[in-house]
Amino acid sequence: MNFETVIGLEVHVELKTNSKIFSPAPAHFGAEPNSNTNVIDWSYPGVLPVMNKAALEFGMKAALALNCEISKETHFDRKNYFYPDNPKAYQISQFDQPIGHDGWIEIEVDGQKKKIRIERVHLEEDAGKNIHGSAGYSYVDLNRQGTPLIEIVSEADMRSPEEAYAYLEALRSIIQFTEVSDVKMEEGSMRCDANISLRPYGQEEFGTKAELKNLNSLNFVKKGLAYEEKRQAKVLLSGGEIQQETRRFDETTNQTILMRVKEGSSDYRYFPEPDVPHFVIDDEWIEQIRASLPEMPTARRQRYMTELGLPEYDAMVLTLSKEMSDFFEATLKAGAEAKQASNWLMGEVSAYLNSQKIELADTKLTPENLAGLILLIADGTISSKIAKKIFKELIENGGDAKQVVEAKGLVQLSDPAQLLPLINEVLDHNQQSIDDFKNGKDRAVGFLVGQIMKATKGQANPGVVNKLLKEELAKR
Amino acid sequence: MEKLYDKSLTELHDMLAAKEITALDLTKATLDRLKETEEQIGSFITISGEKAIALAKAVDAKGITESNPLAGIPIGIKDNIVTKDILTTAGSKMLHNFNPIYDATVMDKVYQADMIPVGKLNMDEFAMGGSTETSYYKKTKNAWDQTKVPGGSSGGSAAAVAAGQVPVSLGSDTGGSIRQPAAFNGIVGLKPTYGRVSRFGLIAFASSLDQIGPLTRNVTDNALALTAISGFDEKDGTSAGVSVPDFTEDLTGDIKGMKIALPKEYLGEGVQPDVRTAVLKAAETFKALGATVEEVSLPHSKYGVAVYYIIASSEASSNLQRFDGIRYGYRSENVKNLEDVYINSRTEGFGNEVKRRIMLGTFSLSAGYYDAHFKKAGQVRTLIKQDFDHVFADYDLIIGPATPTVAFGLGENINDPITMYMNDILTIPVNLAGLPGMSIPAGFSEGLPVGLQIIGKHFDEHTMYKAAYAFEQATDFHTKKPVILGGE
Amino acid sequence: MAISEEQVKHVANLAKLSFSPSELAEFTKQLGKIIDMVEQLEEVDTQGVAFTSNVNQTINVMREDVAVPGTAREDLMKNVPEAENGYIKVPAIIDNGEAGA
Repeated sequence: MNFETVIGLEVHVELKTNSKIFSPAPAHFGAEPNSNTNVIDWSYPGVLPVMNKAALEFGMKAALALNCEISKETHFDRKNYFYPDNPKAYQISQFDQPIGHDGWIEIEVDGQKKKIRIERVHLEEDAGKNIHGSAGYSYVDLNRQGTPLIEIVSEADMRSPEEAYAYLEALRSIIQFTEVSDVKMEEGSMRCDANISLRPYGQEEFGTKAELKNLNSLNFVKKGLAYEEKRQAKVLLSGGEIQQETRRFDETTNQTILMRVKEGSSDYRYFPEPDVPHFVIDDEWIEQIRASLPEMPTARRQRYMTELGLPEYDAMVLTLSKEMSDFFEATLKAGAEAKQASNWLMGEVSAYLNSQKIELADTKLTPENLAGLILLIADGTISSKIAKKIFKELIENGGDAKQVVEAKGLVQLSDPAQLLPLINEVLDHNQQSIDDFKNGKDRAVGFLVGQIMKATKGQANPGVVNKLLKEELAKR
Repeated sequence: MEKLYDKSLTELHDMLAAKEITALDLTKATLDRLKETEEQIGSFITISGEKAIALAKAVDAKGITESNPLAGIPIGIKDNIVTKDILTTAGSKMLHNFNPIYDATVMDKVYQADMIPVGKLNMDEFAMGGSTETSYYKKTKNAWDQTKVPGGSSGGSAAAVAAGQVPVSLGSDTGGSIRQPAAFNGIVGLKPTYGRVSRFGLIAFASSLDQIGPLTRNVTDNALALTAISGFDEKDGTSAGVSVPDFTEDLTGDIKGMKIALPKEYLGEGVQPDVRTAVLKAAETFKALGATVEEVSLPHSKYGVAVYYIIASSEASSNLQRFDGIRYGYRSENVKNLEDVYINSRTEGFGNEVKRRIMLGTFSLSAGYYDAHFKKAGQVRTLIKQDFDHVFADYDLIIGPATPTVAFGLGENINDPITMYMNDILTIPVNLAGLPGMSIPAGFSEGLPVGLQIIGKHFDEHTMYKAAYAFEQATDFHTKKPVILGGE
Repeated sequence: MAISEEQVKHVANLAKLSFSPSELAEFTKQLGKIIDMVEQLEEVDTQGVAFTSNVNQTINVMREDVAVPGTAREDLMKNVPEAENGYIKVPAIIDNGEAGA
């Protein structure tokens, strides 16, 4: 029997606001536990929550980027449960009126495009951290308590671990472009729980699902789902039943391990949060937020391919982050040609960033000086080989490409008047090579070019050298 | 020194401004008065004498002028209002050791007005009750008859003022907890419009119903106090951005042409004959003053208690979840694991009435019951509010009894929750609609005070004070004193 | 409507309260009476009536996104029953605890 895999994903994204969603404490964590908290975060008696405007607007922005409808009326609800990292013993979240609903993302797997529907996007506060110690104690740090989150719930539209991976990649890319979050799974600003079930092909009803947790990277999501797919199939094929379980992904074995069986759903006793008055969102406000959205990755990729003529691969790599994409476009604005700019960013720049483990913003490279460098190659002032040297200077120390070239005396030698004597001198000393060339050994040209380059300390313009050399050889 | 404890706020202010007495004199006299009377009345959980004296000295050093009407005036604070560095218990074992590191917003205002808090007043545990008998700490006695309850949950606040321990106190009101004890103790108690006074720092019982309000022996004093504690607070999202008038302005006694409504549902069965009589007489008094008093109907009144108990208990069940033995308050010693911390701390730390309400609230919000209970109650609440809106389209004020009976005996009702709940039937709808309500002295029944409730339009406390002042000046109820204050 | 002891136990679990058998029986009775009282609401026609969550009718109450440094930890810790190295200390959860989020 063949089973169809059905996957739904719940992604939590931390919003990059200055202060927490319901208290003015800083939303960035200090290293010291409980150092960015106040009486509201600690849920002392008598304290009250007040909504952070930026959190609401970031939530709307993300929802719009995910093609959601924004709820014209929205409010918060209390989700009641006891846990040490939950100081009010209720979480302020959204139950029946999420800020966004009925959205979608387009993904592509093996050349096939598919729309994955998003059921809802809602705002909520994060809990603190509960650290398990030894000797039967846990330690609670409330720094994270109250950080604004959005929860993005997909419909169960994914049919393979690969689709899940593609969805997460696309989601991450879109949110990254909105700049409301860093969406880094390794830092916890993006978290994913997965629900997976199997059903016989053709069956409309969903099978019993398992919930997967502790999926700390996109790859682990894919691996966890792949393992679970096989595990569930095995159970079903041997005549067993899938239990509604929560399972934990184990990174060392790539397997999922039972955490607990779900006995019915928890009763959170949701009710509207009386301390936070509800929100009425008019069209004007929505349009204001929509106007603040930058061009999304998919649209940019399209434009790079159709308008700039870049290959799909380039378009993909350049739009991996908003920073890179913005830098690319600014480089073009500063006069560089598209493919050249693309090559440099995908090549030398990315290699440098990866080796140093930094971001573009951490370097001294600017779109202007990169463009300047590219233009110097284009007009023959320097060779690409020399450009690489200049590039290192620019990315580490900044500056203007032209000035650096001149300061270092690296202007490419292209003047025939200067090159011809050198070429002829080399030819004079290498009669054997001339003979080899005349005998059909083309490699001799390379050798001669090399000698000329050596004589000019690499500064000769190779193209010009080649041309002049061929002319001189013909004369001899 | 003359009996300072017998004087009104305005009288005391005049003496202070004229330098006949100092704030320190007054504070010391208050503390002495407490020493003399606390055993009899038991209105205070904590007396913060040292702090009061230090503050009085500072206020004296600053100087009291005419323009500062409340400077140097001693005040009692209900123990569910968070006071920095002063033990705050909410009348519960759960907070027996809670030493707050911050002040409620009303406390900021009290200090800004240079008032002198002298201590924290006894109350029903977490404000849940109508007699102050559910307090973990002590039972407060009615100022007029110490075998009777002072009412609740602001029993300490009312008794302290009625017994002349302090000239003004702050209480809180969720379903009548200022008005009912004020009525039982023959004083003036006002619950402001929801949102008039900040709730930041008020230990939450029912978030959509709670308000802090003043209790005093006369109307003018009450208006003074309300003016001082009102105002928009950005730390309270439910706080209203309306301006605060000087509530003492325009208290002339002239209420000609005022249109007063008397709902027929408020004089129904269950209202004691003497209370009924007092209210009808009050209606005549208002008419004699030039107002009109007409019968109206608030048809959904009878559902008020049910709606209230579902909503208040549900909100409370959630608000009280934070008392989990982890960050502050009582933690059971009997713990082997986390579950024990939760269950044992809460079971040992909370009293029976609190547990009853938590259970009712948890039940009303739970899966399968939410729609029929909580959601339904929220809808009937809208109908109750609309009843008031209809009446207020044609009238300025609504009057009626504040309570169906006068103060009952200590221990009489405590074990029958339904009877206790019925005590709130006249005051509850006011909280549900978010309207301002007050109780003023309007008579006696066998030596115990009867209170008249006046209900106003949203944010129209001013009209209420005008009517209350006129009534006060036309009658002598407010001049009567309990024996402990020198009366007969 | 009568409420069973089982139901009361379930509610007690949600509320993290425990009762002795006699307390449970007494509570069950009292709760039953209260529930009877509140169920009179069934007779009210609330078709199309909005739910009142906040009498104030204010909407869109928000504050600007300005961060204010946290309160000093020693102060926040003043009332904590058990603390260690700046953390709030609690006995461990016995199972792989339910975190709601």
